Order: sequence, then structure tokens, then C-alpha cells
Amino acid sequence: MQKMKLVMVGNGMAGVRTLEEVLRLAPELYDITVFGAEPHANYNRILLSPVLAGEQTIKDIMLNDVDWYRENGITLHLNRKVVRIDRKARVVYAEDGSSAEYDRLILATGSTPFILPVPGNDLQGVIGFRDIHDVDAMIAASKSYKHAVVIGGGLLGLEAANGLKLRGMDVTVVHISDWLLERQLDQTAARLLQKNLEDKGLKFLLKKQTAAILPVPALSPNSPPQGERDDVPTLRVGGVRFTDGSEIPADLVVMAVGIRPNTALAESAGIHCNRGIVVNDTMQTYDPRIYAIGECVNHRGTAYGLVAPLFEMAKVCANHLAQMGIGRYTGSVTSTKLKVTGIDLFSAGNFSGGGKTENILLSDPVGGVYKKLVIQDNKLVGACLYGDTVDGAWYFQLLREGRDIAGIRDHLMFGQSHVGDVGHQGHNKAAAMSDEMEVCGCNGVCKGTIVKAIKEKGLFTLEDVRKHTKASSSCGSCTGLVEQILASILGGDYSPAPAAKSLCGCTDHTHEEVRAAIREHKLLSIPDTMKFMEWRTPNGCASCRPALNYYLLSTWPHEARDDPQSRFINERAHANIQKDGTYSVVPRMWGGTTNSGELRRIADVADKYQVPMIRVTGGQRIDLFGIKKEDLPKIWAELDMPSGHAYAKALRTVKTCIGTEFCRFGTQNSTQMGIDLEKAFYKMWAPHKVKLAVSGCPRNCAEAAIKDVGVIGVDSGWEIYVGGNGGIKTEVAEFLVKVKTAEEVLEYSGAFLQIYREEARYLDRTVHWIQRVGMDYVKKRVLDDDEGRKAAYQRLMYAIQAEKDPWAERAREGVAKHEFETLAV
Amino acid sequence: MSNWIKVVPLNEIPKLGARVVRHNGRDIAVFRNDGDGVFAMNDKCPHKGGPLSQGIVSGNSVTCPMHGMNISLADGKAVAPDEGCVGTYPVKVEAGVVYLQIM
Repeated sequence: MQKMKLVMVGNGMAGVRTLEEVLRLAPELYDITVFGAEPHANYNRILLSPVLAGEQTIKDIMLNDVDWYRENGITLHLNRKVVRIDRKARVVYAEDGSSAEYDRLILATGSTPFILPVPGNDLQGVIGFRDIHDVDAMIAASKSYKHAVVIGGGLLGLEAANGLKLRGMDVTVVHISDWLLERQLDQTAARLLQKNLEDKGLKFLLKKQTAAILPVPALSPNSPPQGERDDVPTLRVGGVRFTDGSEIPADLVVMAVGIRPNTALAESAGIHCNRGIVVNDTMQTYDPRIYAIGECVNHRGTAYGLVAPLFEMAKVCANHLAQMGIGRYTGSVTSTKLKVTGIDLFSAGNFSGGGKTENILLSDPVGGVYKKLVIQDNKLVGACLYGDTVDGAWYFQLLREGRDIAGIRDHLMFGQSHVGDVGHQGHNKAAAMSDEMEVCGCNGVCKGTIVKAIKEKGLFTLEDVRKHTKASSSCGSCTGLVEQILASILGGDYSPAPAAKSLCGCTDHTHEEVRAAIREHKLLSIPDTMKFMEWRTPNGCASCRPALNYYLLSTWPHEARDDPQSRFINERAHANIQKDGTYSVVPRMWGGTTNSGELRRIADVADKYQVPMIRVTGGQRIDLFGIKKEDLPKIWAELDMPSGHAYAKALRTVKTCIGTEFCRFGTQNSTQMGIDLEKAFYKMWAPHKVKLAVSGCPRNCAEAAIKDVGVIGVDSGWEIYVGGNGGIKTEVAEFLVKVKTAEEVLEYSGAFLQIYREEARYLDRTVHWIQRVGMDYVKKRVLDDDEGRKAAYQRLMYAIQAEKDPWAERAREGVAKHEFETLAV
Repeated sequence: MSNWIKVVPLNEIPKLGARVVRHNGRDIAVFRNDGDGVFAMNDKCPHKGGPLSQGIVSGNSVTCPMHGMNISLADGKAVAPDEGCVGTYPVKVEAGVVYLQIM
């Protein structure tokens, strides 16, 4: 079959990313031809600033070299600018007369620096800051000239100025506004930044408007000696004059006052443009055969210059080119970071405040730290951080999720690590870490490895880093640190994962959308759900299948069928897999109680099967280690105790203290309450593990404050706390309600857990779910709505009833026999 | 030379699942995809030696239960960007029975 012809005009990051995605999705669909106006293959434009600063080389920042194009069968024309599109004949023509036919065309023409329309703007030595050519020109100038003037105190201008200064030039930044980065920073933060940069040797002229660029001879007599410049044939820049009549010397002028989308080609072909090539949500122009992507595009009135949104566009565009037809680009929220080594600044959203907003401020000018959080209607709407940007990613996430911050308002300024008490935070400044320092404690990944992977492999997202280095892919507690490292390398071009996260790579639907579809359309199996929701993969992956299985079972108990093959091995084998492939066995001990019979049977099993290790767990139970898989059913039969579900996303342990039965301080019978709770909720599957505890008095020996549901007995009844967590990040449970009777404890805790089971995302602990929906919502559902609470409790009881003990089934009824048999040949 | 060894009826390997075959003290994982496709390889992840047979099978790859490395069932190679590979064995289904060729 004849392949279709795909032609791309432009050879930059957004365009090539689109091709990569197309090749991944539909490798055989197109013959691809690329025209690039630059003589280079695809490089990482974001990292031009570090190249200018001498921290990296051009070689370091290549993303796709010429070999890549050849290996993927792409015809690459470098140094050839396309000047005409014949839409009727579907042919593009380059400057040199060469041409290419297309069935689909991608315009990825990028943008060019805006050059101020002032006299002298065409003198030699007046340049923009856009490509390798500009960087080469700047580096060359820094070798033979002294005075550099950067016009424009925005991100790009400051990065250029910093680079030129490091190259030994005397640099003045000219800016028209009252303060630097006025689109990213408020005045206070900008002043701190300015001072910091002045300490590095940069000079600033604010509130100055350029009137003309002056050639060398026109400069006043007291300008610096010109000596060796006499042999330069064309007129070179010699100075800059401002509207107030003042002048400064300049041997190099860098214009960094903004960018203009390159639309001339599209316009000449009659494609609708309006400050960019206008595209719809599938990145198509007004000619449906022609797509446009990158900085040349106007999408819903916005032109983006940061890489994260451009890559999102690339994904959508490729999806449609691959004829899959799912996915829309609906715009992006962006945040800002400056790529100047040693300077930390971050801003996002409405950081100026004003109107009905409230500000929380932390200002330490001597220490060089300034933080401003802007809040409206109990939501974070803007953040501006200077000097300490550790929590930038976290604030940005709060901002985009529009999360209610009333509950954490008093801690908000102090960052994420203060919201919980402690945790594996380690270091709070990624930039200050040395390359050997460990970032990911689970997988032993140090900072240098991550930095190297980001630079060499051209990574842009947290997901990329997880895949390539394994950092942040296990417990996730170093995610913030990895995000900081990404941000410090990619600068403003890094944006954390989108707010509405899809369930996994197999679909664009969110957890919530999938749950809603299962409920509303009564989907009862994983294949039906995947078909209905148009999954991209034939049978999902190890991330989505367990989630779907849980959603189906929790939404339609007794109707949806459990799919063991979609469960993680622990839930399939009903034991915990260990590093050597053996398993561990934890029998249930109601409320932490046991008896001599059980202990004797445990001892007998340990002897008979030569159990190498017996351990008392933190959850008041006993764990037998080193069990061979084929022995599990026999051991369960001989133990004759129920499963402790220590391996499952289900009710684990109910920890208790001894309570009134023996304790002289006890006010309630906590042990019995624990046993009752455990018997009531035993066999309850959940989005993640669920741990409970009951203490008999406020001394709280059962540590109820760090459990999903913690119950504390007081003289007049029971206090119920929810959303505690003692794991990766310690979270103290919040007070939910005080009740009088044990029946009420069961009903309120059960209703809380049932609503969590029905509404949380798979792998959310209770605390994560509460953080998202807010404690007020939980209270409304569990406390204010009596009918709703009773109904939720009934639904939980219905879901659990008739659920069999998994060990008994396998030990006595031969369920899933194949799981435990090895075939000998 | 026909050294095919009869292993197990196909219907005793669950779809999207695996069985472990023990041969001379070595474990071989025999996988089945969502149809009748079967694949065999050493039951040992190239990452840290995890038992691949215990992983979740999807499409034509398996995810190791230890640290989530994805291994392609067809050739035993780690799915990019991971690196590594597992030794595979010829395997066939005849009259509903799975046969394995072990050198």
C-alpha cells in the first residue's frame, strides 16, 4: 500500500516531538519529509541559556541528531526555507526551488524575536536571542568587545544578560517598566532579584525607552577607544540612545522584548492567522489537511512559548495524524522559573493580588527570601516566591486543582513539609544538593543521575524521569525534589503534570470520569469498560487494570466479577511477595488479641515448614516469613485462622490498647471496640490499605492519630478521627465527631469508609482523598446527612456480606488451585 | 530432533496469566496473552531477579511484580527505556496442549 505523505515545515522541538509521537502510534502510516531553515538537527532550545553561560555545549543539547532522522526513514532537508505552499496541488516549495508533495502538512515554523522599530536596528551587532546562530554571535562578540546592552528585562533578557556577563562582558539591561519581570514578579520580589543580579555585576536601567541604536562613528567623543574596529566594513553598533536623550556605549545589542509567531508562510497560502496561525483543539488550521503546532500557533487566543504546553499540543496533533482521533488540547496554565544559576524564583497565577484577594506574606530581605501567596475564596490563586522555591510545584498544584485550603491556611506559607509533620523530605533545596546526594531513597538514585538523564535524554516531565531513572517511581516521597530538579534545569519550560490526570497512559479519561461511567452505564467487566471508554491498548496495563477491577467491585458488589489477573500478585496469592520470591503470612488477630491455641498452631506451622523468620508486626499481629508459594494453602489450613489481609488494599489491622478491662487509666473498653470494628469491616476492599486504631483514653497508646480511622475513648463516649497516616509522610488525623455509643462508632466510621471507597481514586489513602475533597465535604456527608450516613453504612454492610475468607476458600475449597501449583517437567 | 516437552493443557493457564514450570531446579514462566498466544522465558527479571510469572500480563508484555519493569513476552527484552533481557524458550500449542523446547 502506498504510504501517505507527511511534510513538516520547521524542525524545532514541538514539531519533532509530534513526529516522535506519530512514529510511536502509527510507524507505518507516513512517508515523512522535514524542512528546517537552520543548519542543525533538532536541539533543545530551552538550554541555549546554559550554553551561552558556558555551562553546557551545543553537543549537550542536541535532542535528535541527523542519524535519528535516517533511522526513522525521515527525509531531512536542513538549511532549506520553505517559501510557498500550493494548497491546491498540495506541494510545498523551498527557497532553492526544491519541492515536496503532501497529504498532511504540519506547520511548525516557530517564532522570531521582535526587533524594535527604531533607527539603527539593522546595524551589525544587533541581534535577538533565539537560536544557535544568535548564541554563536554573542559568544563571538564577548571575545572581542566589551559593552553589551540587553533590551528587555524579561526572562529571556535576564538569561542572556547573565550569560554575557559570565562570558566577561560589561552588561547593562534596559527595561521599559518600573521593575524587572513585571509579568512574573511583584515589585518587592523583583527588587530582590535586581539586587541579587547587581551583586553578580549586572547593571540595570529601568523606565528607559530606546529611541535609537547608534552606529560607531555617531557616538560622542568620550566613547571607548575603537582601535581594532576600523577594519570592520559595515557599520557596527556603537551605542544606544534613549527617549530622555541619554546614551550608553554598546558593542552588542540583544533585543529580548518579545517574540512574534512566524506566520508569513501560512498567510501567503491564505491560511487564517491572527497573531499566530489559528488552530482548533485538534491543532488543525482552517485547511484541515494542514496542522500547525508550537510557538507559531494561536490556540483559543493564546500563543504559548513554553515547552510543556507545546508538548501537550504535539501529543494531540500526533494522535489525530495517527488517525486515532481522540484527545483535544484545551489550553494550559503555566508557571515561571528563571534559568540563572544561583537564583531561585517562581511565580504562577495571579501573584499581584488586588481586588477581593488576600495576601499571605513572608519577607526577609536580608536573608534574600520573599514569598507571597494570593488567596481568594479559600483557594490559592497566585504565588510569587523568591529565594526559596522549594514549594513552587506544590503551590502550583494547589492552584490548578483549585483545592480548598481553609484547613491548611495557617501552615500554607511554610510549605508542604509542614502540612504533615515529618516524612522523607531529606533536603529542601534541590539546587544546593551535590550530584552525589541521594534523591530517591527507594531506588537509590542520586541527583547527578537525574540531571544527566534530563540533559542527555532530553526529558521534560516527571513521568519521563520516572521511566528513565526510576526516581520517584516507588513511594513518591521525593516527587517534589525531582520536580525541583526538573524545574531548575528546564526553567520556565517545566510544568508539573496536568491537574486533571488521566488514569494511565492507556486512556485520556480521569479516574473520576471512569468511575462515573461505570456507575452511570452499569459497566460490569474490565473489557466492557475499556471498550466503552475507548481504551488505547487491547487490555490495559499494570496501572489501570487493578484500578478498574477495584472500581467495578466497589461500584457493583455481587454483580461485577472479580478478575484475579488484574490484581497485583499479593492480592492474587493472598500473601506478601518478598524479594526472593517467597511469601509472608499474617493471620488475623482480632483487635490484636490471640490465645494459646492460635499461638500453638502458629508454632507448629513454623516447625513443620521450617519458617526462617517469625516477627511481631507493628499492627499487633504475627508475620511468618520465607514461605514457599506452593505451601500457602496447606499452611492456611493448618493455621485455621482468617486472613489478615496484610497484603491487600483492604482493611488491615485494628490496633488497640488494653482499655478498661485491665488498665487503671482506661475510660472505655477499647479492645472490645477494636474487635467489633475489625469484625464489622473485615474483608472490605478499598482504594488502598486501611488501618484503624482504638485507644481507651486520651493517652492514646494505640496511636489512633495516625490511622485512617482513629477512635479515642473518653469518659463520656468516643472521639472519631479520620485521615491519619503514619507512612511515607506522617499525617495527623483530623477530628470528625464525638459519639456516645459503640454502635455509633461503627456507623460513623463505616459510613466514612464507604464514601471513601466509593469516591476516592484507586491508590488514594484516606488522607489524600480528604485533602482533595476537603474535610467540610466529609462532615457534610457523614455528620449533617443522617439518612445518607445510615444508607452508606448499609451499602458497606451489603458489599462485605457473603464475601468469603480468601484463605479458607483456597485451603478447603480448592479455589484458584492453579495459582499455587508448580508444573514439574 | 524433537525435544518438545509436554507441559500443561492450554486452558490451565489463565488468559493474561502464567504458570511456573520447574525443570532441573530452574523456574520457567509460561505466559498466555488474552488469546491463545503462549510465551516462555526464564522466571527471573533482569532488574533484580523478581519472578516474572507473578506479574500482571497486558498486551504482549508482563510487568515484574518487584519494581515494575516491563518485559516483552515475544523476545524477553525489557520495554524501552528500560534495558535488559531474559532468555526465552520455543513454545507451541498443539491440540490444546502447551509444549516447551528446553535445550
